Amino acid sequence: MSVRVARVGDPIVRAADASRFRRGIGRIARRDRLAVAAGIVLLAAVLVALLAPWLPLLDPDTVDTPNRLRPPLSPGHRFGTDEFGRDLLARLIWGARVSLLAGVASAGAAMVIGVTLGVLGGFYTGWVETLVMRLTDILMAFPYILLAIAIVAGLGPGLRNAMIAIAIVGFPLYTRLVRGVVLSLREREFVEAARALGATDPLILGRHILPHLVSPLIVAFSLDVGAKILATAGLSFLGLGTQPPTADWGSMLATGRQFVVLSPHVVLLPGLAIFVIVLALNMVGDALRDLFDPRTHTR
Amino acid sequence: MRRYVVRRLLLLVPVLLGVSVIIFMVLHLSPGDPAEIMLGSQATQADLERLRAELGLNEPLHVQYVHWLGLVARGDLGRSIWMKRPVLGEVLGRFKATLILTGAGLVLSTVIGLALGIASAVRPNSLLDRLSAVASLFGASMPVFWLGIVLMVIFALWLGWLPASGMFAPYGGGDLWDLLVHLALPAVTLAAASVTIIARLTRSTMLETLGQDYIRTARAKGVVERAVVLRHGLKNALIPIVTVVGVQAGYLLGGAVLTETVFAWPGVGTLMVQGILARDFPLVQGCVLVVALSFVLINLVVDLLYAWLDPRIRYE
Repeated sequence: MSVRVARVGDPIVRAADASRFRRGIGRIARRDRLAVAAGIVLLAAVLVALLAPWLPLLDPDTVDTPNRLRPPLSPGHRFGTDEFGRDLLARLIWGARVSLLAGVASAGAAMVIGVTLGVLGGFYTGWVETLVMRLTDILMAFPYILLAIAIVAGLGPGLRNAMIAIAIVGFPLYTRLVRGVVLSLREREFVEAARALGATDPLILGRHILPHLVSPLIVAFSLDVGAKILATAGLSFLGLGTQPPTADWGSMLATGRQFVVLSPHVVLLPGLAIFVIVLALNMVGDALRDLFDPRTHTR
Repeated sequence: MRRYVVRRLLLLVPVLLGVSVIIFMVLHLSPGDPAEIMLGSQATQADLERLRAELGLNEPLHVQYVHWLGLVARGDLGRSIWMKRPVLGEVLGRFKATLILTGAGLVLSTVIGLALGIASAVRPNSLLDRLSAVASLFGASMPVFWLGIVLMVIFALWLGWLPASGMFAPYGGGDLWDLLVHLALPAVTLAAASVTIIARLTRSTMLETLGQDYIRTARAKGVVERAVVLRHGLKNALIPIVTVVGVQAGYLLGGAVLTETVFAWPGVGTLMVQGILARDFPLVQGCVLVVALSFVLINLVVDLLYAWLDPRIRYE
């Protein structure tokens, strides 16, 4: 008689998972209205950023010096203009594309590198593990932003290089996280059983180990995108990220800084945009963590 | 304890070598001739050749690295191309300002974070606790440089209570009071994010500790609440707190780069950014090296500190 054990990918398990997930979402929606509001803000921001080319906006790079530093609610410029008379609303929305993309892309790249190394370092003992762990040790021996700045110094200023630098600096976080999970799974009975049945390493990794990484990674990623948006904005603020005339929230802040006394809106608006988006990401990330790992409920 | 210290010091060797390789590679990351990048397109062939010879750029990469490492070990970080002075002196001169700023940020964030965390743990779900939870979420989401600018606008430009930038007044300043007045805004800006992290961690560790049996015993014995919280609670909650304060020290050292730029604080951060924009690689390498070495040193001190605080760690 053969006994069939339900596996992670089986329809019955998937259905149970999905229903638990839906109940979890429902629970969070009831308990944590703020997280739902944050999710809506985030969705709206992404939509507006994606639809920017089709929205009735002025050109974000058109200079109009007679109309420079107009305050918000000026005719024709709802959010006012910057030091070159460029429309701030248009620049904020076009800047959202750059900032959001930079956050998602650098966090994504960091995750891909980090997960690959973390799985290798956790699954294979010996020199692979040593190499991976020493590499993360060395990268973590630098203050985060300092190493990113150093790498941009080498590669040369620019948005692409800033994103590469932030991805390099950010991957050890994922490597540590994933390695920890893989290490604990490696010794579990179901992995041993799979190995005894003759499963190859890629099969064990793909079928038995990777599915366990999905929820911690979703949580880590959702919190990390915010951190990466802050980091890219920081590099742009230092003049090492996005180069003029392209708008991104960090560089808008940097250039507006000189006019802050006369026209505080030039600095306040892009800063507020970063703050609101990162806050929303953090709230959604926290809610996801509660959903996936009820043990971490804040007391 | 001695064995632990020796083992921890030995672990330092590969990390330091790795750090040195990364800093060395900064110069060689970009495609193209480093000498040309540093001197710009206007440079003559003779100038380029001279710089290449000075930096040993004609040698193979590993030879260059060993040569560079030897010089660094002897305290020779090269000459700044932009300032035409030895890098080490420049960086160390500026490092003092960075240390003052980081130290002030660390003291502020630790004192306020501990106080807030203990107060929240003693009265969970009180108004203070809720406010501190909101503040921690805000602190993690706010760009440091933006907070700095906002504080500067309010307290320096609108209210006129504090100076907007620099470390000392250009005329007639230079005493301790002048320094403290200039330090206030940058230190608060730098400390803001760390305060909330230390406060949240202190709260959760204290809550856990205050739920232990020996706390109940202490209360049953009739120990005054204040002594229960501070002597029995805080002392036992201290290890994770020391860890996070140590981590924050390193974070503050990095965060100082951005804060320095906002407030024109004459530290290593502003020097490094100027160096990058001037394509002055020896200067940038020197700045990164000094900050990274201090970061490694802070981590070492934290590790030794908690081995000393908790004997169990030494025997792992």
